[in-house]
Amino acid sequence: MVKKKHDAVVLEKCPTGIKGFDEITNGGLPKGRPTLICGSAGCGKTLFAMEFLLRGALDFGEPGVFMTFEETPEDLAKNFISLGFDINDMMSRGLIAMDHVYIERSEIEETGEYDLEGLFIRLGNAVDSIGGAKRVVLDTIEALFSGLSNAAIIRAELRRLFHWLKERGVTAIVTGESGDKMLTRYGLEEYVADCVILLDFRIDEQISTRRLRIIKYRGSAHGADEYPFLIDDGGLSILPITSLGLDYPVSSQRVSTGIAKLDAMFEGKGFYRGSTILISGTAGTGKTSMSATFADATCRRGERCLYFAFEESPSQIIRNMASIGMDLTPWVKKGLLRFHSARPSLYGLEMHLLTFHKVIEEFNPQVFVVDPISNLSAAGSLSEVKSILTRLIDYLKMSNITTFLTDLTRYEGSLERTSEEISSLIDTWLMLRDIELNGERNRGLYILKSRGMAHSNQIQEFLLTSQGIDLIDIYTGAGDVLTGSARAAQEAEEKASDLVRRREVERKLRAQERKRNALEANIAALRAEFDVETLEVQLMAEEEQKRQAVQAEDRLDMAQLRKGKPSNPRVLRPEKKTKG
Amino acid sequence: MKAASTGKDKKAKRGVTEENWNLRLYVAGQTPKSIAAFTNLKKICEEYLAGKYQIEVIDLLKNPQLAKGDQIIALPTLVRKLPEPIKKIIGDLANTERVLVGLDIRAV
Repeated sequence: MVKKKHDAVVLEKCPTGIKGFDEITNGGLPKGRPTLICGSAGCGKTLFAMEFLLRGALDFGEPGVFMTFEETPEDLAKNFISLGFDINDMMSRGLIAMDHVYIERSEIEETGEYDLEGLFIRLGNAVDSIGGAKRVVLDTIEALFSGLSNAAIIRAELRRLFHWLKERGVTAIVTGESGDKMLTRYGLEEYVADCVILLDFRIDEQISTRRLRIIKYRGSAHGADEYPFLIDDGGLSILPITSLGLDYPVSSQRVSTGIAKLDAMFEGKGFYRGSTILISGTAGTGKTSMSATFADATCRRGERCLYFAFEESPSQIIRNMASIGMDLTPWVKKGLLRFHSARPSLYGLEMHLLTFHKVIEEFNPQVFVVDPISNLSAAGSLSEVKSILTRLIDYLKMSNITTFLTDLTRYEGSLERTSEEISSLIDTWLMLRDIELNGERNRGLYILKSRGMAHSNQIQEFLLTSQGIDLIDIYTGAGDVLTGSARAAQEAEEKASDLVRRREVERKLRAQERKRNALEANIAALRAEFDVETLEVQLMAEEEQKRQAVQAEDRLDMAQLRKGKPSNPRVLRPEKKTKG
Repeated sequence: MKAASTGKDKKAKRGVTEENWNLRLYVAGQTPKSIAAFTNLKKICEEYLAGKYQIEVIDLLKNPQLAKGDQIIALPTLVRKLPEPIKKIIGDLANTERVLVGLDIRAV
């Protein structure tokens, strides 16, 4: 904290407003001091200086003076109108002042002693004319050397000029052409000791890249790398590789892959929102179909998806996806899905990155698809591609955008090999591969890695059907891995033997049923017989009773006949008899 | 300033026929260099252009905005406005030979 405060007191910075530059210099150019910008012709010195001045006047309330020794103000105004700056309007509003210093050697004769006080007066006048300019650009002061012959005087006067600029407290940019052995042709770096920036313009394999490097920045920490930069219709943008850290927020929310069975492989929930997913596979393994399915699922949720296609045109993708039963047209019409097609070799990598940034900022998608990233390597070397992807992925993670990349791997070598450079950047890595067996080629899918979640380790057979993508468990019975028709044959065989066994069981069941029926019939017959017997026994018992009653009556009658004395014991006797 | 320029125009008309010399000396204050330049110029003019020259001294400390018009960078600067084409000589004009060459007076 203390150090920071101290730093601020020691060296105040002057923001340039140039995209990315203030980041790599921790705030801009040294305030109140001159800065030298050197580079070869056409590297963007004038643009840098002018943008510094114009943005200063428009965004930071610091009016500025542009002293041009080469181009006329009319030409400059014309050049910058295409970048969206109306210099004439700004001049009339008193935001900037311009002075064209024109030195024609053939018109000038030198006799004796002189100084460059005229230049000072003009500069001072221009600074005062807009109420005290805070920024000054001299583009390029080297013209003095070609216009005047007495270099000793010029050098002495330049020293005085930089001193004068410092004294007035203006933040100045001086431009200079690259020299052979020195940074600038006339050694301007000798006078500007505080900050020196080198702009470079290189062409590698027909693709041009602009780079910026801070050679010197006295009293301030600064990035020492070469930073690629771009000039487009928005002016200059510098893309610092290291400006983005690893401190982005993460989401534990999950998004569906668009394939139910693939979701199931990820705990049934799909990818993490904001994570980076890579699908790699050889040609024709269905990478684009998977991308499109994911895009489709995104739009179904009502989210926006940005689809960068480096191989196919949007209409071709839409047509092809119709063949697997997916209609992307409504999403495009609703504005949920946006395609962006370009040939990777159309422009350099930096331009691609900038295009990504621009379109993402404009469209603000939740899901970003690049199909495929491997084609980018056509636009630059491997290390460049990696740095571009690192920056892109960092940026996307910061914005919590789920990134879906596809990567075309070659047939030769390990499938994992081509992508190992970027594997550390990838959170979830899916692999699509060919499985060649019994004279046919089938697609297999498996998860190579997926950070922060349990995931299936199974290889699934990947099918493109007219209803979309389907995953099927690969046949792994009997120690064999079978796919395609071999799997189908194996399954058919199993089905047939199943059927046979089922029939057998059914037959046995029916036999048993018949047996049971027979048994029950037998039981019924026996029961009937038994019933008949029981009835007979009962009838017999009744008869016997009747017979005894009749016998008793007969006995009574007999007794009456003998004595005529019916008494109780006679009654009791038969009772006892029945009891007994 | 305006008066001076109209005066110059009148002289310019005559200059075509009578070989009038319209010279302008830019200086910044009364520095030794500017004084030397004016003295040297006066001497050369008296010697070679007597009666047909006009010197206009412009002090840029008083009128800094005038520096732009004649593309003045170095001081002192002598500008030959007439006869055309415009010629510029910078320095304190100490080397008479070079001033004569620079002003194209030699031939006269």
